[in-house]
Amino acid sequence: MARVDTTTNAGQLLAAASGGRRRVGDRVFSNAATAAAVTILALLAGVAVFLFVQGLPAVTASASELPGGKSLLDYAAPLAFGTVLAATFAAVIAVPLAVAAALFITHVAPPRIALTLGYLVDLLAAIPSIVYGLWGIFVLGPAAVPVMGWLEEHLGFIPFFAGPASTTGRTMFVAGLVLAVMILPIVSAVAREVFSQTPRKLQEGAQALGATRWEMIRMTVLPFGKSSIISGAMLGLGRALGETMAVTIILSVSGIVSFNLISQANPSTIAANIALDFPESSGLAINTLIATGLVLFAITLVTNMGARAIIARQDKV
Amino acid sequence: MEAGSQTAVAARLDLGGGRGALPGWAPYGVLAGSAAVSAAALLAGGAFTIALTLVFAVLVGCVALYAWSRAVEGPRRAKDRVMTLAIASAFGLAMVPLISLLYEVGKRGLPGISLEFFSDDARGVINGGGAAHAIVGTLVITGVAALISVPIGIMAAIYLTEYGSGKLRRALTFFVDVMTGIPSIVAGLFAYALFEIFFGPGIRLGVMGSVALSVLMIPIVIRSAEEVLKIVPAHLREAAYALGTPKWKTITKIVLPTAFAGLVTGVMIAVARIVGETAPLLVTTGVIDSLNSDPFNGRMQNLAVYAYNEYRSPGVLKQASYDRAWAAALTLIAIVMILNIAARLVYRRYKTEIR
Repeated sequence: MARVDTTTNAGQLLAAASGGRRRVGDRVFSNAATAAAVTILALLAGVAVFLFVQGLPAVTASASELPGGKSLLDYAAPLAFGTVLAATFAAVIAVPLAVAAALFITHVAPPRIALTLGYLVDLLAAIPSIVYGLWGIFVLGPAAVPVMGWLEEHLGFIPFFAGPASTTGRTMFVAGLVLAVMILPIVSAVAREVFSQTPRKLQEGAQALGATRWEMIRMTVLPFGKSSIISGAMLGLGRALGETMAVTIILSVSGIVSFNLISQANPSTIAANIALDFPESSGLAINTLIATGLVLFAITLVTNMGARAIIARQDKV
Repeated sequence: MEAGSQTAVAARLDLGGGRGALPGWAPYGVLAGSAAVSAAALLAGGAFTIALTLVFAVLVGCVALYAWSRAVEGPRRAKDRVMTLAIASAFGLAMVPLISLLYEVGKRGLPGISLEFFSDDARGVINGGGAAHAIVGTLVITGVAALISVPIGIMAAIYLTEYGSGKLRRALTFFVDVMTGIPSIVAGLFAYALFEIFFGPGIRLGVMGSVALSVLMIPIVIRSAEEVLKIVPAHLREAAYALGTPKWKTITKIVLPTAFAGLVTGVMIAVARIVGETAPLLVTTGVIDSLNSDPFNGRMQNLAVYAYNEYRSPGVLKQASYDRAWAAALTLIAIVMILNIAARLVYRRYKTEIR
């Protein structure tokens, strides 16, 4: 990279030195490129600013003017809870599976088919969220009903499975499973990237000392990839926090706060609540929804920046 | 990749210092055996389903393989075998939703596919009608989004690879990554908030959807364009400079053509990524039953929102509405798959071979 930079600069100097007429074209083009770069940063800032401006009326309004007659905090808190619950459940399911799938592709499967297998996992990310939603409500939900019944019967003492189990499958459990499938590819992609970069000499050293494949993975690949797994998990969490349609379609919502994953009454999520209410809202209700959108933006921004900071640190090492 | 064969060699050498070894078919044999046993047990218990059989087959298989391997090869090899089986099963489990989803969308989507679905809109129809307005809307909204995103995205990628330095470059790299994580619904709200200031409350336009999708598409375009521009070898640029070519001409005549196949591939994959977005369009483009192909005038339907509405508020003939929702889902998946496959073909066919 550094080499490219120096040669490029040298070339630029030479080109610049060789005639004034050429310099105009260069200046126009480089300004256009810089303008595009600045536009993107402005766009990101614009997202925050416009949401803030449009969300502000809901913050300053009194509780009685807002939907449901509740203060913004009372309105947003159960939604924020539901958002975090669904995303956390999804991440807990998805991360181990994604790491295992990444290990399978990089270290277990025959190298000949590894590329194809990676493509199959990536295909999961290409499927539109609306399709995941329909699949969740029509296919996975009904299939999960007996599972939830079993969970209630045998693990009902854990608050997550307290029941009474839903008979329709429109539960946090099913929504979380669908979210898990949706975030699996991104977590897996990050893990795959770093697993395949594990230094060969470490792996071969372990095997030369007589380690089995699993011992080699456990002693070299996993420790090497640890921080990337964490950041991948955070990226997945960020995705799950903001995922809208699958949750909107699957979850049967009521404004409660509950850890119960399998019952008919579930807390909604910020994103799903916006998708459900926005088309029929007007006035302050819109501002309220935009304010909750700003909260969601802030939560995902912090999660993603944390994840990217960890990755950036890893890259430097 | 190398690690695989390394491992295979090591595995052959490390058979526990003179101990015995399981035959090569052992893992498969154990798995088949435990599947048969599980199926038989479940049939006897009257609780047979394919899913349960597979779950029990893996669990029983793990235990059996561990026991057998431990007896013959010792505990370390036994653990290795069980972990290998577990990792492979996890991958298999991750593939189950993909297979189920593609199968179900095909099975449930086909009944709703008809000539009417592609040729008619749903104006004034009580029950039925087609999705032509939604298909046109999807093409227009996505097309405008691409028109906005591709120039900005590629110019920004050029900035990153050819011009950028210092703080701005670092900030852009970081925030493009952050941008890939913006929730799609937030992008939709942003577009609404932006347009409401100029057009007043309740505004719904096709182009608002395009702006929202651009927020999601730009970072994907930048990422992929940056990747392919980076691998254009420095010696091509140096050769151009040596001939006295100005930098901007070097970029437009040497760098971009060399990377062209990769750029096109990246754009196609980015389009595939946003063509099925629902949430941002739900809050920006509104719902309408008739065909509208003008993104700057009035509401505009699209396939994803169409599928959602057919599910959410079905007509009197519920199943017919659901069929149309699935048909729209199938159409979307077909578009996404075709774009993905075409992108790969373009890359393979037209990529510049560099020595």
